[in-house]
Amino acid sequence: MYPIAYTGWMSLQEWFVSSVTPPRFIGLANYWKIILGDPRFREAVARTVYFTVLAVGAETMLGLAMALLFNREFWGRGVLRTLAILPMVATPTAIGLVFVMMYHPTLGVANYLVTLVGLSPFRWTYSSQTALYALALVDVWQWTPLIMLIALAGLASLPREPYEAAHIDGASTLEAFWHITLPLLRPALVVAVLFRAIDALKTFDIIFVMTQGGPANSSETVNILLFNQAFSYFNLGYASSMAVALFAVVLGASMILIKVRRTASW
Amino acid sequence: MVRRGGARRFASTAGFYGLAVLFMLPTVFVFYWMITLSLKPQIEATAYPPSFVRFSVSMAGYREVFTKYPFLLYTWNSLVVAAGCTALGLAVGLPAAYSIARWRQQRLALAILVARIIPGIAYLIPWYIFFRQLRMVDTHAALILTHLIVGLPIIIWVMISFFEDVPPDLEDAALIDGCSYFGVFWRIALPLVKPGIVATAILSFVFSWNNFLFSVILAGRETRTLPIAVYNMISYEEINWGTLAAAATLITLPVLLVALVAQRHIVTGLTFGAVKQ
Repeated sequence: MYPIAYTGWMSLQEWFVSSVTPPRFIGLANYWKIILGDPRFREAVARTVYFTVLAVGAETMLGLAMALLFNREFWGRGVLRTLAILPMVATPTAIGLVFVMMYHPTLGVANYLVTLVGLSPFRWTYSSQTALYALALVDVWQWTPLIMLIALAGLASLPREPYEAAHIDGASTLEAFWHITLPLLRPALVVAVLFRAIDALKTFDIIFVMTQGGPANSSETVNILLFNQAFSYFNLGYASSMAVALFAVVLGASMILIKVRRTASW
Repeated sequence: MVRRGGARRFASTAGFYGLAVLFMLPTVFVFYWMITLSLKPQIEATAYPPSFVRFSVSMAGYREVFTKYPFLLYTWNSLVVAAGCTALGLAVGLPAAYSIARWRQQRLALAILVARIIPGIAYLIPWYIFFRQLRMVDTHAALILTHLIVGLPIIIWVMISFFEDVPPDLEDAALIDGCSYFGVFWRIALPLVKPGIVATAILSFVFSWNNFLFSVILAGRETRTLPIAVYNMISYEEINWGTLAAAATLITLPVLLVALVAQRHIVTGLTFGAVKQ
């Protein structure tokens, strides 16, 4: 059975390797071009990293806070878990569409709620100043529950003894959190954050549906730029080299993940 | 004294549920807004200030989705591709996962992790060339094969951990009794990992159903799936919010329902097995 499965799986890989070779061999020229000669690519890389740090950072803090809050027995645990799963499986295209309508500067419910709280309305994805933040907010909405669920699973596996010892020693709740909970939770959190980071670097659906990288390229991440290079300008060789570059960035993040997975055992 | 303690407990419970509602409100609200928008008539859908609870219910949005666009065809396409991708993924993925788990092929396991990590767009360019040369753009087969690259690593990876839990003694006993390797896999291992199969099948289905990136390039007029159809509705300047929300609801609802059934295993799959529930 094994060779058949392996061949089947490898054949998927083979297509990738064989056909990525450009028809005309120009060596590393594309790579020099993206690294040295293309400010748009460099901006896209910076934007992608910024988007990822912003979204995943917010998700981690919110998710951890929620996990700490929900780490107890209470009526409605099942409901909470169900609610947490819904944004993660909902079709991103549809969610993007709903947010486009909510973000509408004059008719959207988002601005209505914002003014209700007493803030002045934003232009969300319709302004080059706020577009990236508005998109990050959608990502946070979708993926905070994942961090929460992973952190909750981590919290559930924590031992009781250190807390009892700390309590006897007169440690405050905050001290116990900082010195016991956080270090013990770290392996689970690191895995959660890295998984999110790897996926956030690759975010495509939401951005493509909501802004297509606009306005004025203000939300153009590497994925969007390279999609347009490949399928709007059919600059396949150039786009391929960008894809490899993106892959290198993501792989870098993943290497850390693999290393962490190996050292952490739970 | 007792009463004060009770009051304090009540206050802390109320505070807890207050916070809980506050945290979960955004999640619920977006879905609530999607569904209510889809039920509002056009004038109320774009009314400002928007109405949250009181509005007149109209099915115009849904009617429009089915009459103005071939939505049934899109739904059929999505179903065929997702089901095909899941079936093929299980057919290839289950034996692969079994062999990796049984003979501890760590390198292969790592390769599958890498396959999960590679940006989808890196596959898309060669595939686009490949399927165009084979004249397979706008076929279900092309979509099924490409969606496999998302589904297969998840199926294999999650199933590895399920197969690892199958006691090897049981398999060895069957082998001694004259069962073939395939027989062991088919009659002993597979029935024991049934919950895993259900979970990964559902995940693979959901991922294929939601896929946008591959379908937007490789689906044509005849094989357009639901996410692409909705995307096109926006770009065709469909300004009727009721219609757009109805389409969004129609795509999302089946996935949400499926997810509710399999919620226990979804987190395992989403984290690629980093957390076993």
